Amino acid sequence: MDLNLVLAGEAGQGLKTLEALVGKALFRAGFNIFSNKDYMSRVRGGHNFMSIRFGDRPLQAPRQEIDILVALNDESIEKHQHKVSEDGFILYDGKFDDDRFIDIYASEMAKRINPKAKNSVYAGAVWKLLDLPIAILNDLIGEKFADDDIVYDNHQLLEVGYNAIDDEKYIDYNKSFLDGKDNQEIYINGNQAVGLGAAAAGVKFYSAYPMTPSTGILNFLAQNQKDFGIAVEQAEDEIGAINMALGASYSGVRAMTGSSGGGFSLMVEALGYAGVGEIPLVVAEVQRPGPATGLPTRTGQADLLFAINASQDEFPLIVLAPTDQEDAFYQSFRAFNLADKYQLPVIILSDQFLADSSKNIPEYKLDNLEIKRNFVDSDKVSPKSYRRYHFTEDGISPRAYPGQLADNVVLVDSHEHDENGFVTEDIELRNKMMIKRFKKLDKFIAEDRLEPEYIGPEEPDNLIVCWGSTAGPLKEALEIIQKRDENIGLLIFKDIWPLPVEKLKSLSNLAGKIISIESNFSGQLAKLIQQETTIKVDYKILKYDGRPFAAKELAERYFNEVINHG
Amino acid sequence: MAKTDIYEADRDTTWCPGCGNFPLRKALAEALAGLELKPENAAVITGIGQAAKLPHYFRTNGYNGLHGRALPPAVAAKLSNPELTVIAATGDGDGYGEGGNHLIHTIRRNPDIAHFVHNNQIYGLTKGQASPTTYPGIETEVQPEGVTSEPFNPISFAVGMGASFIARSFVGDRDHLVKMMQAAIRHKGYALLDILQPCVSFNKVNTYQWYSERVYQLEDDYDNTDINAAFKKSREWGDKIPIGIIYQQKKPVFRESFPHLSDSIDVDGPDKAKVKNLIDNFS
Repeated sequence: MDLNLVLAGEAGQGLKTLEALVGKALFRAGFNIFSNKDYMSRVRGGHNFMSIRFGDRPLQAPRQEIDILVALNDESIEKHQHKVSEDGFILYDGKFDDDRFIDIYASEMAKRINPKAKNSVYAGAVWKLLDLPIAILNDLIGEKFADDDIVYDNHQLLEVGYNAIDDEKYIDYNKSFLDGKDNQEIYINGNQAVGLGAAAAGVKFYSAYPMTPSTGILNFLAQNQKDFGIAVEQAEDEIGAINMALGASYSGVRAMTGSSGGGFSLMVEALGYAGVGEIPLVVAEVQRPGPATGLPTRTGQADLLFAINASQDEFPLIVLAPTDQEDAFYQSFRAFNLADKYQLPVIILSDQFLADSSKNIPEYKLDNLEIKRNFVDSDKVSPKSYRRYHFTEDGISPRAYPGQLADNVVLVDSHEHDENGFVTEDIELRNKMMIKRFKKLDKFIAEDRLEPEYIGPEEPDNLIVCWGSTAGPLKEALEIIQKRDENIGLLIFKDIWPLPVEKLKSLSNLAGKIISIESNFSGQLAKLIQQETTIKVDYKILKYDGRPFAAKELAERYFNEVINHG
Repeated sequence: MAKTDIYEADRDTTWCPGCGNFPLRKALAEALAGLELKPENAAVITGIGQAAKLPHYFRTNGYNGLHGRALPPAVAAKLSNPELTVIAATGDGDGYGEGGNHLIHTIRRNPDIAHFVHNNQIYGLTKGQASPTTYPGIETEVQPEGVTSEPFNPISFAVGMGASFIARSFVGDRDHLVKMMQAAIRHKGYALLDILQPCVSFNKVNTYQWYSERVYQLEDDYDNTDINAAFKKSREWGDKIPIGIIYQQKKPVFRESFPHLSDSIDVDGPDKAKVKNLIDNFS
């Protein structure tokens, strides 16, 4: 089974709360869930919808056809009615000339009990359509509200909604799997996963300027700062945010900042300082389509080449592109260890699709996660001998924080500098420092860089390459494609810079074609692959309308653009 | 008095002979020695410019960052490591020009840092363009017809913002400068110290002599807790320029709004049990 519930209305109608309640309840009930948001850049009005897809097999992407539409206004009907399946349902507060419509009298009932809890009527109605035990929803309401009266009102309205559906209108599906599902799972979105990874890694300072779609990370860390001893500060601008994070990192704590493309653009001078000053820093760049202000609430993957080239001149940096809510946690945790080990900036290149989508995933395993700070051993440094940028074999200098070493000071500098951090324009020193800094990347490539994940036969005819969050929809699309074209492989880049090339090289000698699938206009991964390997990508399936790929859409485009016209 | 040579960086400077940064540096060494602050317990955090080179020529922990960006890292360093004495040192261009937005918000936050502005009313490093404090009418290569914008008045601005410590001093009066630096460092909160410091190469108007003829120490009966008096004093500029603590008040310090932070630097990660609890919220 594979059902799609869409909640649609305008901003300010409580869609987010309804989505959080119903999504979590379906997760608790035992379904696999993939939910995502489609919203406009406005606080009230406009047209927003949340789609909650649920079923008996793991889900990675949104689906376009709708089984249950909850329409909170007329516009929602106009926009989505045609996507509701023949035997689907439309829950609406009013009458409509269509068999699929069910009037649940939400406003009228809510007026009598508590108008603010109106959406609970819809939740109750959905629940009855699915023939699920109401206790799950009741419990969640109890967890959500502290006020007993509010809980009571919501419980009542849930029941009203539940009873508004007559017994013949159940959606018929196989319920047997619900009992057997492994409950060692969590339900989380991409921004929360990044924030959780940072908290687990011991981030102690996070500063940011609010910018969609990265704000969720700021919210998450702010809400948990007390428990984790984190200083979370809303900076005056993105320049302040990253420079604060640099100061915190210099002083010795793990520090992070986050933004989306436009804000990240403002940060890049300071990103260069992290590079030349060798100050560990984690930056979450949650992409949205641009340039400039672009499509603020939409998704895209068009900042790849910008991110790897951000800031002037050249310096080592690492860019990680998490693929889903599970990967985002581990990559975020790992980013801090990499930043500390190599003393450089690490960018987590996420996007709105990943940031705002929630999914059920295996609970994060903490046993193998180890925080590695990489400070110099205090006992081994004699008075007045410490040199922040000391030349070493592997290019990694001894890092201390101010006050760590008795009678030693720590000097960091944004200029080119000598081993002490003192400004220099000496030719030999400049060259040695450049080489020293880039040696760190050789070590990263040898010791820590991860090759892309590969799914498919050993010798595929055709190979699809992708990166970051496009992986989810593609994994699903691959199943559809494989049914018709068996011999195809999928290569998913998660470490994206420096680009890992071994796996790709070993697969590239194929009979058929290499196809890159990306959410940008020019095929940035394809360009990067050619730049780093000379391997030419034969086809590009690109999307830049700001909306995520759906699996069926991907499969259709693959057949139409690659197979039928190839 | 403690020895000042522990702060000597043992390297040549690129400051011009006669630069006001030299007496300023000497005063800083005396100020820290008087406060018995060891080099490893203080950090001088700067942006870019001649003033911002201070961490290279002075032996404490140092952070020579980006132009205009001294205050954000200084705020964060103090927040992360409360045991560190944090001094942000900027020029007038760095602190009042490129970093103006940070100045506004640093005053609002009131972190426990001292901010020394080496104010020479000109851009020194980039060779003599107008700074935010340059007089109208002064001609430069970039402003050949003379500066037309009104000068920024840092003291009035800071009083207007309700900064918790606002002082002015002059490198030609070292005892006074040392005293002001120490008062700024001791002050619990953001302490702005605007230091008149001649640029001998590019500012031919505001010279040692020009300042010496005009500066005077605030009268003994001046009440620096009276904000109206401070406003009035802040407007005094021209024939007579007051130096001293122009305004001081007790205000909550930035770090007090983070009571969950530990009293010393926290370089470790959280307990796994704590992380597990947070994860459980998502089950």
